[in-house]
Amino acid sequence: MKRVLLSLTVVVLAGLLQRASAADVSGKVTLKGTPPPEKTIAFDDTCSKLHPTVATTRHYVVGQDNGLANVFVYISKGLEGKKFTPPTQGIEINQEGCNYQPYVSGVMVGQPVIIKNSDPLMHNIHAMPKADGNTEFNFAQPNQGDVNDSKWVSCIKSPEVLVKLKCDVHPWMFAYVGVQDHPFFAVTDKDGNFKIANVPAGKYTLTAYHLKAHGTKPGESQEITVADSPVTANFTVEVPAAQ
Amino acid sequence: MAERRVRPPGGVRYIGGALLFVVSLTQVKSNSLLKYCAVFTALATFVLVWMGGLVTSHGAGLAVPDWPNTYGYNLFFFPVSKWIGGIFYEHTHRLVASVVGFLTSILALWLFGRPARPVLRWAGAVFVAAGIGLCAKFPAHTAENLLLTGIGLAALVAGFFWPNCEPSAKWLRVLGAVAFFTVVAQGVLGGLRVTRVNDQLGIFHATLAQLFFLLLCSIALFQTNFWRRLPVEAETDFRHFRPFFVLTTALILGQLALGATMRHQHAGLSIPDFPTAYGKIWPDTDAAAIARYNQNRLEVMGYNPITAFQVELQMVHRLMALLILMAVGACAWRAWRYLGRGHWLTRFSLAWLGLVLAQVFLGAATIWTGKSADVATAHVACGALCLATGGLASILSCRLLTAPAARVRLAANDEITTLPPSSAMPAK
Repeated sequence: MKRVLLSLTVVVLAGLLQRASAADVSGKVTLKGTPPPEKTIAFDDTCSKLHPTVATTRHYVVGQDNGLANVFVYISKGLEGKKFTPPTQGIEINQEGCNYQPYVSGVMVGQPVIIKNSDPLMHNIHAMPKADGNTEFNFAQPNQGDVNDSKWVSCIKSPEVLVKLKCDVHPWMFAYVGVQDHPFFAVTDKDGNFKIANVPAGKYTLTAYHLKAHGTKPGESQEITVADSPVTANFTVEVPAAQ
Repeated sequence: MAERRVRPPGGVRYIGGALLFVVSLTQVKSNSLLKYCAVFTALATFVLVWMGGLVTSHGAGLAVPDWPNTYGYNLFFFPVSKWIGGIFYEHTHRLVASVVGFLTSILALWLFGRPARPVLRWAGAVFVAAGIGLCAKFPAHTAENLLLTGIGLAALVAGFFWPNCEPSAKWLRVLGAVAFFTVVAQGVLGGLRVTRVNDQLGIFHATLAQLFFLLLCSIALFQTNFWRRLPVEAETDFRHFRPFFVLTTALILGQLALGATMRHQHAGLSIPDFPTAYGKIWPDTDAAAIARYNQNRLEVMGYNPITAFQVELQMVHRLMALLILMAVGACAWRAWRYLGRGHWLTRFSLAWLGLVLAQVFLGAATIWTGKSADVATAHVACGALCLATGGLASILSCRLLTAPAARVRLAANDEITTLPPSSAMPAK
């Protein structure tokens, strides 16, 4: 009985300690400068019926106070050698109105990505990863309601920022998924805010990457130290100068 | 009272006409109709190259992710209502490819003449037996198996009505066999490019398509009376022309391979301006410049980011275009100077020059229009015509070199030598 009580105490203390030594990292990504105007997507006949409003590209989605959406924020250094178990709950990428929703998302290696076709027409899902260990794939979802939750896990096995998904039937359809081997990442919301929960105490490099603003550059980085209290890390991303 | 003539219904007339045509084919003892078959196959191949250009221009190469099926359907039973977006381009490309494969098979067999009959009968019988057997074994695939049976039946019947002509020359039969195996390889390459999601295979597929088109144009040329009459018309030593034509054609082939590589990078326009390149004669290709180029691209299509390699590739493509233009110009100039304006090779070279000029314009227009799919496709198709024209000119110049009259060269003569007309040549 004593032994059981001792074990329980150790477990509870360990849990409390762990809780105490982790904190949330949050912040805002702000865009500096005026982004170029988005381009209108010229849907074909079948898609224009599903998309009654005018759709544009989503290169720079800017919200309140110049908050920049669709920035992938992740811990790029400081977690080396640590192992994390991927969540069993997957994220969803939906083909809806001849567009992908969401445009940018994040996932852990081994975490399922549920790819769904909500349109009453055919789409193909063509992933174009570049990192070693990841395999390009292309499959069809010809019917409304088609769902696939296994292809991604079987092909994407390495971290990569960002894996591109496209539809070759509708060439304006593309989306991006950031892949990490740890769960400490986030995608900024419509106002540029992000929150990474329960980051273990330690020193890290936090990186914010925006597909268009950074292109082939690695993104903006800053050093953060996580202890007991929440950490705020803000980023400013500049609109690149015209060539 | 005049007797009223009763006309049979339209369908009966058409079927009767078709039967008459088939029966008349069995009476064909010469290869006179073969040239029409060859020309038609070459034309169909040109259409196929054009449609292949449409597929890549619309970024639709992987719009149909399976092969040889189309979204699980047999290629020929895929419902028309589902031919939407990029599927339309890829699926019609596959259908036309099937037609070209069929025509090439007919052409190859026709070159073998009468001896093709037993081959057709045996192959047909095997296909019919396989189709029936598979129908029994796999009832879920009855449509496909019936199609196989139908093909076998058609081959079996064709084996009895195949043109009753003599086989063509051995080298022509070899060319026919090469064409057949090339079209099969081309189909498999196209399929593997889809199933393996491999862009490199796409580059080979596109380049082989151009060579295949040249091969079919050559076979068509070899069937013409123009080709047969060439030896007796030869009056000029063409040894100084041959290297020009052959090398220029090789340059064009290299240029087409470069173009195929550019297209299969799926990166859109790696340089968006012409005649300058990012406002310069030679663009910067350091990492910072490439990052800047990518940041400033606001593409609607899902293109890949551009790389320094792609920028340099387009610059090489531009330089090659200039080199080819000069080389073709030199070919036309030499032909004009040494053969005269009215000679068929001069006219042929001038047409070639016109095509290359059009090709240069289409290349520039591809950039000016932001890689408009139709313009980019026309650029691919015109490239095929440039290669075919150069290839045929090379073949003709080689042929003339070996013509009996041309063989008699004046000794130790380094300049272009105009020989006396063949009729004036001394008998051997």
